[in-house]
This record gives sequence, structure tokens and C-alpha cells, in this order.
Amino acid sequence: MRAIGIILAGGNNHRMKELSRKRAIAAMPIAGSYRSIDFALSNMTNSHVQKVAVFTQYNARSLNQHLSSSKWWDFGRKQGGLYVFTPSITQENNLWYRGTADAIYQNLSFLKDSHEPYVIISSGDGVYKLDYNKVLEFHIERKADITVVCKEMEPAENVDRFGVVRMNEENRITDFEEKPIMAKTSTVSCGIYIIRRRQLIELIEKCAEEDRHDFVSDIIIRYRSQKRIFAYKMNEYWRNIATVKDYFQTNMDFLKADVRNYFFKQYPDIYSKVDDLPPAKYNVGSEVSNSLVSSGCIINGVVEDSILFKKVFVGNNCVIKNSIILNDVYIGDNSHIENCIVESHGTIRANSYYKGEDGIQVVIEKNDRYVL
Amino acid sequence: MCYNKVVYIDYTKGFNGSKNFYEVMQMIKKEMIAMLLAGGQGSRLGVLTTHMAKPAVSFGGKYRIIDFPLSNCINSGVDTVGVLTQYQPLKLNTHIGIGIPWDLDRNIGGVTVLPPYEKSSNSEWYTGTANAIYQNLEYMESYNPDYVLILSGDHIYKMDYEVMLDFHKQNNAAVTIASMPVPIEEASRFGIVVTDNERRITAFEEKPAKPRSNLASMGIYIFSWNVLRDALIANKDESELDFGKHVIPYLHERNERMFAYEFNGYWKDVGTLNSYWEANMELIDIIPEFNLYEEYWRIFTKSESLPPQYIAKDSKIEKSIIGEGSEIYGQVINSVIGYGVTIGRDTVVRDSIVMNNTTIGDDCELDKAIIAENVTIGNKVKLGVGEEVENDTKPQIYNHGIVTIGEATKIPEGISVGKNTVIVGSFEASEFENAELPSGRTLIKAGEKQ
Repeated sequence: MRAIGIILAGGNNHRMKELSRKRAIAAMPIAGSYRSIDFALSNMTNSHVQKVAVFTQYNARSLNQHLSSSKWWDFGRKQGGLYVFTPSITQENNLWYRGTADAIYQNLSFLKDSHEPYVIISSGDGVYKLDYNKVLEFHIERKADITVVCKEMEPAENVDRFGVVRMNEENRITDFEEKPIMAKTSTVSCGIYIIRRRQLIELIEKCAEEDRHDFVSDIIIRYRSQKRIFAYKMNEYWRNIATVKDYFQTNMDFLKADVRNYFFKQYPDIYSKVDDLPPAKYNVGSEVSNSLVSSGCIINGVVEDSILFKKVFVGNNCVIKNSIILNDVYIGDNSHIENCIVESHGTIRANSYYKGEDGIQVVIEKNDRYVL
Repeated sequence: MCYNKVVYIDYTKGFNGSKNFYEVMQMIKKEMIAMLLAGGQGSRLGVLTTHMAKPAVSFGGKYRIIDFPLSNCINSGVDTVGVLTQYQPLKLNTHIGIGIPWDLDRNIGGVTVLPPYEKSSNSEWYTGTANAIYQNLEYMESYNPDYVLILSGDHIYKMDYEVMLDFHKQNNAAVTIASMPVPIEEASRFGIVVTDNERRITAFEEKPAKPRSNLASMGIYIFSWNVLRDALIANKDESELDFGKHVIPYLHERNERMFAYEFNGYWKDVGTLNSYWEANMELIDIIPEFNLYEEYWRIFTKSESLPPQYIAKDSKIEKSIIGEGSEIYGQVINSVIGYGVTIGRDTVVRDSIVMNNTTIGDDCELDKAIIAENVTIGNKVKLGVGEEVENDTKPQIYNHGIVTIGEATKIPEGISVGKNTVIVGSFEASEFENAELPSGRTLIKAGEKQ
């Protein structure tokens, strides 16, 4: 591969409410066994990108723990590998990353010291499979300065939380609006870009001189008529988890056979950190239907249309419906949980009742746990 | 703990006849290393070991048998393990790799796979348990150990070898044999040790008709290094040199200090199909005696990065454990299912073991079957029907009514299979008479090894 990778995983947003309190969005657990950054990382390794930098900033503990070893994504190599860059104090700079472009600027030596001609930039919060080689071919063929991966959303879908693009017939982007009030098209940017390394260095340095810090508004939008910026249309599944509702829906998509087959059974695979957990155990009284269950779970109750992440314990006579239970949650006997997301490491006392009445309720319960 | 120590030899005194006075010598030292015997076929597991050695047979939904001794090693702080392989080692080698799953990928020590090798003279296979160890004296010497732990790769148990080592040291023993109490009426199936009040072994009886004690040897030994080395060298010409038959009696004759370390936890020899089936079934009790869910003594295995399992609507799972990435559309009762398994709609799987990446069609009925990896079973297949009849080829292996399906077998749609049966190979419907295989029959495709 003639490119290096950058994964922007520093972000946080308040629309994720309580869920982002303890982790960056890129570390949000997805589909029972994964975290959102696994998708970008696996795409990098499956596209044979050998050298990948992850920029983190906001509450990176969870993310750093997840990335503690690069071997799960096959990045434990002498040549290239996985680099995690957090903001650091230097002679010239003692600021946090003030934006995505600033994050790249502060680590410009990573770009300058590489020799690969191209850079792939991806956000860490997209759930998708993509062969970046195809995007790169497109980029070279169109002689583009920047290629933005885009996706046509369903007309009914509200796109006001995305960057919305308009392009001409040869796919050149003519208009790019970030989070528009009234979207003019339903084509959105997936937050995945390809750009020549030297071009990127030049643009980022110029940006820094002008005290601008954001990759989208200060590079893509600002240069949209000067530079040849093209849109690569992706037709496969792509979702971005920006709100609690998105997050819930993205997870629930995995209960659909086509989405599950696409991610779980079709080549290439998505990789994640391997936990040595025993297989899931179903005791007498368990009644599970249309659900995903991860390793290390022990189930004694009813689970319907739900996703159980790793190491969830469901007590006797529990009923769990249309909910997401994150890692290592203990649910005491006779509890009822419906339309909820239960935050990880929680302990739900016996006989509890939670039901999201209008929309999804996020449940955070930090009770003492005595035995398991 | 047995982590590496680097020993600096005082060069003024010389070492092993070191000539160079000014040479500062540096030497690796491990207090205890383990030698894991994993070369046996395990022929009593029948067709399960056609393509792999017994330690590589899968167990408990996601593990392989060798994971248990390897995890015990790392949990006990033994970080240098030689694995002796001989019979069908491919699967075992792939599984062990460089030892990453057990944290046995070390700069110094770690796991080393030791197959038999050609020598300038006297090249031979491993002819017996002790012979295999003898042929690897150089490997052991390179770590300069004080103690050597001998393990076998076919037992399911959790044991802290460090506690056993403490016992060995306290008694200033030459050999310590791990042993466990068994019901006296079963004692004649085991190697029995007779001890005095201080646990010193006074007699050693192999499968005695009238046992004098109920302490059975578990095939786990700690030897003081020089005792082991000298005994192996003294007996090297014995044919099929074996620990139980030759080395232990030899040391006993010479009145070496031999002690029995009593172990009271769960320990299961999964040497026969029935004991293998039982050990799997014991995992699904509400609180199993052998608990895989304990945090402080985890069992590690080479886990692939697999998705969660999907349990469909209208499926039913009761008293079972199910591996990652499996998709269940039917009923699973009292069974152990591996990873990547698909079980079709309206299929009932009862009292069975289904290993990794096997596919079972719709409307099937499986009773007390052991189904190996990568098997494909068509729709409307029934396994384990009818009366129990003794197996026609190997009744001592295929018994207790168990149906055994070998690796990568294909069974076409609509076949009924009786009890105590064996099927290996890829079959068409026309190869079955009346679409059935009666109880007690063996069906192994020509060209498949038995």
C-alpha cells in the first residue's frame, strides 16, 4: 500500500449524552464484541496499510486500554505499526488539539518522516467496511487533490448532523456544507479522506500559520474551488454514531440478517481486541430470541430483541427487551429492562424496573457488587 | 514464582572448567521449567484424533485440551514450557504458535515446540514418555533449572504448580508425584501410590488388583533437576523408556525421597469418548464443579476475533454453553456448542457436543452425539435413534450410546443414524441403505484413516 493512515479518534460530542462521559466516541462498544474504532482499524489492515496513527484526546483511557496492543489488528510489526498520539507539551506548543487540522499539525513529523506518497484519514466513529485501495485508485484516476468518501443517505433520513456535499456530473465537489440547517442534497461526507502526503503537509502548515484548526471547514470547505476535491461514492453500509439514537440504531442493525452477514461472515473480517472469556452459558429458565450474545455472558432470564455485550450476567426471572447491555453488567433477579442502554460495569439491583417511555433511556447504575 | 534470573558466575572460581580467567560469564537460570508431553495419539478418542493429537481436540465450546495445562503453567508463574509433539502435530503447532494466547511469548523462555529430530547417531522417534524427555536434555540444560515439571496434555484441571513446588522443597524431595484420592473401588484402574504419615511414598503399584491405598497418580511430576538427569542417563538404553514403568521404579529402588502431593480439586482424564463427553457435560451445571467463569484462574486459548453469537426468534436454549459467532435457529438442550456453528430451524440438539465451524441443517434431531469440526449435516437428519447395540468394530472405544462424527464429514439429507455409531467421510444419500445407519455400525469412507 502506498499510503499511511490517520484515524481521528479524539472527539466527543454532547449528543451522546451520558454515554460519552467515560469514553471517546471511537471507543463506543458496537455489536457485542467490537468498539467503533475497530472498523477503521480493520479497514486499514485489510487494505494493507502498514503504518497507522490514532489521534486521541478526549477521555482516552478506554481507548488506550483497547489499543494497548496492536497485535489484534496485525500491526505488531517492525516496519510500520500502530502509533497513538495524544497531545503533549513541547518547546513550541503546550496546547490541546484545537481541532482536527491542529491535531495533524502537532504531529506533523509523523507525516514528514514517512515516505508513502498518500495519506488516508478516517474518523474513528464510523461503522463500515471499505477497501481504501479502491478509493486511492479513484483518487489517482481523477487526478484529485483531495478525495472525500461520500454516501447517499435515504431521502427520509435527516442529514443535518453531517457534512452535506453537492457534486457535478464528474463527481467533483462543488459545494460542501457542514451541518446545514436546510440540506440541499442527501449526499453526506463519511469523514474519510485521501490526500497526497506533501499536499497535506503544505495545507496543514498554511492552516496553522493562519491560526485555523479544523480540517473540514478550514481545508475542505475553504479550498473547495481552488483544489480538485472529488467525492468517492460508497454504496455499502455506513453509519456514524453521533447521537444516542444513532448509536442504538446502529447496534440494532446487527440483528438484521443482511447486516450481520455483511460484517460477520463476508470477507474481510473486522478485528477486535481478544478477551479470553469463556463461551456464553444458558441456564435453566433462559429464553433468548432475536438477540446477539457475546462471550462470557451467563443468562438465566428472558432476553428479546437485544444485544448483550461481553460478560453480562442476567439473573433469574429477568426480562430484557429491545435493549443494549454494555460490557460487564450484572442484572439482579426479577428485573425488567426495556428500551434501555445500560452503561458498562453497572450493577442493577434485584427487582429493578427500567423502561424508556419516549425513546431510549440510558441507565447508569453504580451499585456495589458482592459476588458473581 | 519462577521468573528468569540472570546469574553472574564469579569468574575467579571458574565455572565448568571455564578456561578464560577474564571471561565474565552470564547465564540464564529458571528455577522451574515445564515439559508438556503432547505427542500421543489418544487412540481411545477414536476418530476425533484421526487428524490431530489428543491435546489439540477441542473442549468446552472454545478451548483445546492443551489450553488447561498451558494456562496452569502461566497462572503458576512457570514461563518456560517445552511442548513435546510427535503424532499429527499440525493443528497443535498452529494452535500454540509462539505462545501469544498464554503470554508465553517471552524474550527468555516461553513456549518451545519440541518435535523428535535427527541426530548424528541413534536418531529415533520418541519411544516413551521418559525417552522423549531424555532426547531433550539439551533444551532443559539451557535453562539451568533447579526443578523440572512433567505434565501431560490430556487432563482437564486447574492446579497451582507453585504450591506443589513449595511442597517439594519443604520435603527436600527428589521427586513429587501429584496424586488425588479416588473411590477405592475404582482405584484398580489407576497407578496407585502408597504413602506413610509424612506423605513419603513407600510403594508404587500400577493398576493393582487389590489396591492398598486410594491415592491415584495424576501423571504430574516435579523432579529435582539432577535426579531427573541422572535417572534418564542411567536408563537411556531401556526400550520405550516410560516414567511410570521405568523411571519412578528405578528411583524408588534407589531409595530416593519420593513424596505424594495430594490434590483435591477437579481433575478429569478425558482419555475416552465417554469421559470426554462427561467432562463437557459437567461444564453446563448451574455452578459447575469446574468453573470456567472464575476470574482468578483464567483459562487462555487462541481466540480468533469473532463476532457475538446470534440467537434467532423461536429458538430455545437451555442448560448449554455456546461459542462465539454461532447462529442458533433451533433448540439446544444440555449441549456444548463450539464457535462458528450454525444450527438450523426446528432442529433439536440434545446432550451433544458440536465442535467449531460445523453446520447442522433444519428439522434435524441429535441425541448424545459428538460432532467434530467442520462437519456438514443436511436437513432432516436424525442421530442417535433406536436401541443400543454394541459397536461392530471397536466396542471398547465407541460405547455408551454415543454417535461419533469425524472431522469434515458430510451427511446428506434425511439420514437416520443409530446409537454407538461412527461416521467419517463425505457421503451421498445413495451410500446409505434405506437412508439409515443402524445402531452399532461403523461407516468410514475408504481412504479415510481410522
